[in-house]
Amino acid sequence: MKKPNRRFVTNLCTYLMVIIAFFVCRSMIDAGTMSRSMKGQLVPICAYIVMAISLNLTVGISGELSLGHAGFMSIGAFSGIIFAGWLRAVVPDVGNEVRLLLAILVGGVFALAAGFLIGIPVLRLRGDYLAIVTLAFGEIIRSLLNLCYFWLEGTDLRFSFGSSPDPAIKYLFNGPAGAQNVAKIPTETGFIGGFILVLVTLFVVLNLIGSRSGRAIMAARDNRIAAESVGVNITKYKMMAFTVSACLAGMAGALFGLNYSTLQSVKFNVDASIQVLVFVVLGGIGNIWGSIISAALLYVLPEMLRTFSTYRMLIYAIVLIIVMIITNLPLVRGFVTQLSNASERRRMHRDGKIRKGDAV
Amino acid sequence: MTETRRSTTKMVPFPSRSIVPERDLDKQPILETNHLGIEFGGLKAVQDFSITVGRTEIAGLIGPNGAGKTTVFNLLTKVYQPTTGMVLLDGVDTAGKTTVEASKMGIARTFQNIRLFGNMTVEDNVRIGLHNQISYNMFSGIFRLPGYWKQEKRQHEKTMELLSIFDMQDLADVKASNLPYGAQRRLEIVRALATEPKLLLLDEPAAGMNPHETEELMDNIIRIRDQFQIAVLLIEHDMKLVMGICEGICVLNFGQIIAKGTAEEIQANPVVIEAYLGKQKEAEA
Ligand SMILES: Nc1ncnc2c1ncn2[C@@H]1O[C@H](COP(=O)(O)OP(=O)(O)OP(=O)(O)O)[C@@H](O)[C@H]1O
Ligand SMILES: [Mg+2]
Repeated sequence: MKKPNRRFVTNLCTYLMVIIAFFVCRSMIDAGTMSRSMKGQLVPICAYIVMAISLNLTVGISGELSLGHAGFMSIGAFSGIIFAGWLRAVVPDVGNEVRLLLAILVGGVFALAAGFLIGIPVLRLRGDYLAIVTLAFGEIIRSLLNLCYFWLEGTDLRFSFGSSPDPAIKYLFNGPAGAQNVAKIPTETGFIGGFILVLVTLFVVLNLIGSRSGRAIMAARDNRIAAESVGVNITKYKMMAFTVSACLAGMAGALFGLNYSTLQSVKFNVDASIQVLVFVVLGGIGNIWGSIISAALLYVLPEMLRTFSTYRMLIYAIVLIIVMIITNLPLVRGFVTQLSNASERRRMHRDGKIRKGDAV
Repeated sequence: MTETRRSTTKMVPFPSRSIVPERDLDKQPILETNHLGIEFGGLKAVQDFSITVGRTEIAGLIGPNGAGKTTVFNLLTKVYQPTTGMVLLDGVDTAGKTTVEASKMGIARTFQNIRLFGNMTVEDNVRIGLHNQISYNMFSGIFRLPGYWKQEKRQHEKTMELLSIFDMQDLADVKASNLPYGAQRRLEIVRALATEPKLLLLDEPAAGMNPHETEELMDNIIRIRDQFQIAVLLIEHDMKLVMGICEGICVLNFGQIIAKGTAEEIQANPVVIEAYLGKQKEAEA
């Protein structure tokens, strides 16, 4: 009899965890026990969970250190916001759900295109160089955005680059001042959208990992030369991981952006990229459910600690350590990996698969 | 026992340069190299390397440490591009090809310093070997379209079948880096076979194996050749293995071929004894 696949069980638990968390939050909102500020954090939490999962695809699964992930988020955020603003002008009575959905798709497409274009030169580099170039990319995007102006004339979308703003125009995107007059989505709708986006992200990333392409991506990570020797096209699969990751970050960006009525590009600077990387590293590299937990906890934490003002940073540091320990604890990861490795060896000995004298 | 293995093959001269097993004489040789050479910053690691390997031949490449044997494998698999000469794989020139293309052309290898996908299971390692044997794309994979289920199932069956060559089916769920050394070497062979090669390159397959395992490996290499009807070119320091199963043997020293021939010829060749076996005696003394 075939025992249930280890990966299958882990994935199932990951989905369950997200679904349960969603319904707990919903019932807290309905019961009125959730604070206003906490409620305001729900959508950004979802967005940052998606950011962490997608960055884990690049860093953990594909093994490339990227420091420009927030750059893709900003592309998604601003293309989504501008699209939503235009959509509101063209079809004034379009529902919030539809507007959010379309904006997320637009954000995803733009970020995917950017990921592809940037991936071509960047993925030729390895290790530190790749990290440095992606870091620069994030900053370049931000600087370019500061020079962009978008506004509507009737239903036509207008764009100018570098020119100083005309105070008479009601801008959708006003250079350094960022997005204004955003066609904002109410929190309730945004939270449901965010929940669905987290599930979609999980679906895409987990299914990708468990498929032919995902195995090729991990093979390229584990041993480049061996992967090539069995005919795996390294560049193609590195590119695939990078663009899928960028696309998901763009979607997260659109979700995030439409949660605010104004948004500046400085929200997506290097600090934001590093913050997501911290989520991934603390959640465990390559560990998807770890990314979810650490993103959720660490994103709300500074907000929750506001009441402790004096000890805030101290508590933050302690929680960082606790998250790191939990998500990397042999016992917690263990039912999944460590313990089974040990039992595997025992079983091999018992079944005589390892002979006496074999070096293990 | 090793005597009987060898004496079944009659080696015949192949037009012009080389010898191949008599049974392969009327077939296109799987591998021909002509004056193959590579330099690393002035050091001629391999030069003037010309051999022919028959369609179903088990050939050996031997030589002292640092002779350039692994470099030859790296040239054949396009890890390095040669500075001189050429490689014909099944009659096709491999000039300018990449490692990936060489793999698709039917060449597969194992590595002297084992290169498994350590974080993945034994089964996944073999599945990656089957990468180009299945064809569903990323979208079928993500959305689990029918192509995914059908091909994953076939891939699983194929993997188990391949693992059964070395009786490793029970280890399918084990993480590759948790395998004992000998099993890792066997898994590398299985992974290479998964690419459905026409020519299998084994770089010191018996290194780190105990005599019993080596004995088994010799039988298995012959069995693999018979079952898949492929050619095997192997590098090995274990003379018992080389002399026991290799039909044609090529001896390399300081990047140059110093002798080619059958096991008897090689063992009787004074140049080889001087350069290779003599050196070993020196080391032992
Ligand atoms: N990439 C490289 N750059 C520079 N020199 C190299 C490179 N690869 C191999 N060499 C040199 O080429 C020579 C042959 O090395 P190679 O690994 O092919 O020997 P080998 O016959 O496989 O030896 P061993 O039996 O120890 O495995 C050595 O002197 C080595 O230092
Ligand atoms: Mg070598």
